[in-house]
Amino acid sequence: MTRIDRSRLPDVGVDPRFVFPSIVRHTLGNGLRVCTVEHHNVPIITINLQVAGGSGADPEGLEGLAALVADMADEGTGTLSALEVSDALSRIGAAYDVDVGGDATDFSLTTLTRFASRGAALLADMATRPRLLESEFLRVRQLRLDRLRQLKDLPSAVAEQTFLRLVYGNHPYAHLAIGSDASLRRLTSDEIVSFHAGAFQPSKSMLIVCGAMTHEDMRRLAEDTFGGWVATHGSANGARAASDIEPVAGPVTKLVVVPRESAAQSELRIGHLSARRVTPDYSALLVMNAVLGGQFVSRVNLKLREEKAYTYGARTSFDWRRGMSPFVLQTSVHTASTADAIADSLAEIAGLRGTRPPTDEEMSLAKASLTRGYPRGFETAQQVARSVSMLSLYGLPDTYFEEFVPKVNAVTGRDVVDAAARYLDPAKLTTLVVGDYSAIAETLRGLNLGEPQMRAAEF
Amino acid sequence: MTPLAIDLPFTKRTLANGLDVIVHEDRHVPIVAVNVWYHVGSKNERPGRTGFAHLFEHLMFEGSEHYNAGYFPPLQQAGALLNGSTNADRTNYWEVVPTSAIDRALWMESDRMGFLLPALTRERFETQRDVVLNERRQSYENRPYGMVMMALSAALYPPDHPYSWMTIGSAEDIRAMQLEDVQEFFRTYYHPANASLVLAGDIDTERAFELAEAYFGEIPGGVRPQAVSNGALLLTERRLVLEDRVEYPRIYLAWHSPAMFAADDAELDLVGDLLANGKTSRLYKTLVYDLRIALDVSAYQSSREIGSFFLLVATAAPGHTLAEIQSRVDEELRRVKESGPSVEEMERSVAQVEAHFMYRLQTVGGFGGKSDQLNAYNVLRGNPGFFAGDLDRYRNATRDSLQAAAQAYLALDRRVALSVIPRGQHALALEDSTAVSVS
Repeated sequence: MTRIDRSRLPDVGVDPRFVFPSIVRHTLGNGLRVCTVEHHNVPIITINLQVAGGSGADPEGLEGLAALVADMADEGTGTLSALEVSDALSRIGAAYDVDVGGDATDFSLTTLTRFASRGAALLADMATRPRLLESEFLRVRQLRLDRLRQLKDLPSAVAEQTFLRLVYGNHPYAHLAIGSDASLRRLTSDEIVSFHAGAFQPSKSMLIVCGAMTHEDMRRLAEDTFGGWVATHGSANGARAASDIEPVAGPVTKLVVVPRESAAQSELRIGHLSARRVTPDYSALLVMNAVLGGQFVSRVNLKLREEKAYTYGARTSFDWRRGMSPFVLQTSVHTASTADAIADSLAEIAGLRGTRPPTDEEMSLAKASLTRGYPRGFETAQQVARSVSMLSLYGLPDTYFEEFVPKVNAVTGRDVVDAAARYLDPAKLTTLVVGDYSAIAETLRGLNLGEPQMRAAEF
Repeated sequence: MTPLAIDLPFTKRTLANGLDVIVHEDRHVPIVAVNVWYHVGSKNERPGRTGFAHLFEHLMFEGSEHYNAGYFPPLQQAGALLNGSTNADRTNYWEVVPTSAIDRALWMESDRMGFLLPALTRERFETQRDVVLNERRQSYENRPYGMVMMALSAALYPPDHPYSWMTIGSAEDIRAMQLEDVQEFFRTYYHPANASLVLAGDIDTERAFELAEAYFGEIPGGVRPQAVSNGALLLTERRLVLEDRVEYPRIYLAWHSPAMFAADDAELDLVGDLLANGKTSRLYKTLVYDLRIALDVSAYQSSREIGSFFLLVATAAPGHTLAEIQSRVDEELRRVKESGPSVEEMERSVAQVEAHFMYRLQTVGGFGGKSDQLNAYNVLRGNPGFFAGDLDRYRNATRDSLQAAAQAYLALDRRVALSVIPRGQHALALEDSTAVSVS
C-alpha cells in the first residue's frame, strides 16, 4: 500500500453523471393535473397534492384561514371521524404533512407502496371531502389560539412575524400562516367551508405521485382516487392572487426593537423585499447568496461566527414566493455583541455590493458547492416530490433540473455584482432586534440608524 | 399480508490499528456518505469539566496539520454536505460527497483523526469556546422550556453520574476550559481503536476498503478507553418546580428505564407510542381531544448506552391544572399496567414500526441515514448487522410484554415529577414541589 501524500489535497474527479427524474404529465377528466415520477429505490410512495391558495389568500382580517382549513383535512372526512382518520393513517404507517406556503398549500402523504391505494384514497378524502365540522373547527382553533400565546415567548417566532409585517406592510403576504389572535377569533365555521369550496378545485390543483411504481400504475392510482373529485364553488374564487399584488413601498424603518427583558441573546433579522422567484436573475442571486451567507463558508458566517464568535451561526436567504420576496440575514447573537454584530452584517451586505465584489475563489467555491451537491437532493421520494411541486408552484419547465447546473456554472462575478446592485439596497434595509433593550439601547445609538421604533410581541 | 423484507446489508473489517470499517453499497444517486463515530460523549466527562466533548467536536472543524485553513472550504468546494454532533454516548462526524470527491473526504477525515493537534491554536480554541457559549444561549437559555432537561437530568441522577449533566455542559465549566485539556482528551478518545468508519453509497466494497486502509491505516491505534458505568435509582417520587419565561405550566414525569437494546427497551418505546403518538393514542385522546385539559402530550423512551429514562410531558390548557393532568395520566398508566394494549393498538404499532424502519433506508448519509445507523449498531451494539434484529425486537413485542414493561418501570411512586411554571406562579406547581434552579 502506497503512503498517502499529505502534502496536497486530492483533486476532485469529473462530476459523476446523474439522470434527473423524468416527469410524465397527465390530466384527469375533472381537470386535475397529475405528474408521475418513478423512483425505484425503496418500496415507498409519496403523494403530494398542491392546492392553489396559501396564506397569501387569507382575506384581510381573517388571517390564518387557509392554514386552518388545511389543518381541518385530518379532522374527519366523508366516512371517517377525526379519530378514525388518525387510525387509518397509522394503520398504513403513513407520514402525513401539510405545508401552508404564501402561494399554495401542499398536502403530502408517504407510505409503503403496498399501501399505495389506501394512502391515496385517504389523502383524496382528507383534502377533497373533509367534514369540516363546527365542533372540530372550534377545537382546532382553540389549540391554535393557545399556540399563538406560546409563540410570544419564542424569540425566533417573534422575529419572523414582526419582520414580515415590517417588510410587507399591508400586503397579503404580511402575516404568518397561523394568523393572529384577533383574526382567528373572527373566523367562523362557515368561512372554513366556503374557503375550502373555493380554493380546493381539481382544475387549480396539481397531484404529484412519486414512488417505486410504473408511471401507468401511478396514473391509474391518481385516476382511481382523485378522478371523482368534482369542482365546487365558493367565496375565494375570483380573489386576486397575492403574487399579483405589488407591495407598496412605504418609508423605510431602519431600526426596530421588540424588547425582551434580560434575554441572553438578541434575535436579528436584517433585510428588505428583493425579487420574485421567477426572476431571470435567479441563478445569479443563488450564487450571490452563497457567497454572502448561504453556506457555512460565506462572508457573514465567517465574520460573525468564526472570526468574532458573536453567534452560533448566521446566514442569509431569500424567503421565496411567487410575488415579491424578501432577502434576509438572520442570526441570534450574544446580547453584549448586538450592535457590533449589526454593524458587521450591514458592512458585509454593503461590501458585496460595493467595495468588495466576490473574488474568483469565492465564486468558484459558491458555484462548485451549489452544482456538485445538487444531485444529493434527489435521494428520497419525498425530496423528488417536493422538487416537482416547486416546479409546479413557480411554473418552471420540466427541464429545470437538467438546466440547473449549467445555469449556475454560467454565472460570472460580474453577474453577481450586477445582481447585488439590483437586488440588495443598504438604504432599504430594516434591522429588527428582539432582545434586551435596556442592555443594548446605548450601543444601538452608535449605529446611526436613528431612534429605534419600538414594537411589542403581538400575535 | 406477507411480512416485509427489510434489511441493511454491509461488510465489516477491522484495520490493524483497531479502526472498524463498514461498507454498504447503494448506487441510486452518485454520492458517498462518510460517517465516523468516536465512542466518546459527555458521559466520559467529569463534574467541573462538563461540555468538553461537545466543545471538542467544534475544534474538529477548524483544520488539521496538513490542511490548516478550516475543515469546511475544501469539502464545500467538492459539493459536500457535512456536519457533526455530540450526545452523552458518542460523537459523530459525516460528509456526503459526490462519488468523485471520496478521496478528498477521506483525506480530510483521516487528517483530523491523526493530525489534529498541530493545527490547534489558542485563538481557535477561544473562539470556539465563545461560539459554544452562544450555542448554549440560543438553544437553551433563550428558549421556552429550554433549561428543563438540565433540571431533569440533575434530578434523575446523582451529581457524579455522567448523565446528570447535559452534553452542552454548564456555562461556568465551558468558560473554565483550557487549551491544555484538549490535548489529553484527543489522545484518550480520538484514535482508530475508539472509532468506527462507515462508507455508504455509490462505491464498490473492495475499493472502499482499499481507500480506508490507505487513508486511515497509517494512524497509530490507541488504547480503547474503559467503559463508563454507573447506577442510579429513585426510591420515591421527587416533586420539583422550575420557573421559566413561559405562558403555560407544563409537567414532566420521568422514570429510569432499561439501557438501549436491553430487555424492555423496545417495549417502553412502544408504550410511549401507545400513550401519546397520534390522535388515537390513549393520552392524546383523553387529555387533548376529549377533555381538553392539555394542549399537547408526548411520551417516549429516551434510550442511552448505560441507562435510559422514560419521559412523559404535557402542557396544561388555560384554566386547567397540572394536578388534573397528573391524575389522568396516572389513571391511564394504571390501566396500561392492569390490562396492556388492545389487539388493535398492537396492530397499529407494528404497522408504524415496519414503515418507519423502511423509511430509515432512504438516505445513505447525514444524521440518521444508513451510514449513521450502521455506526450506531456497531458502536453501541457491537454488531453493524443489528438492523434486522432491532426490527425483530419490535415485531416480537406483545401485549403482555408491553404490560409487563409498564408494570416494571413506570412506578407512580418512584419518578421525578417536575412542574415548569410561569415566573412567580408557584401555586400552579404540583403540591409539595421543591423549587430548583438551573443556569
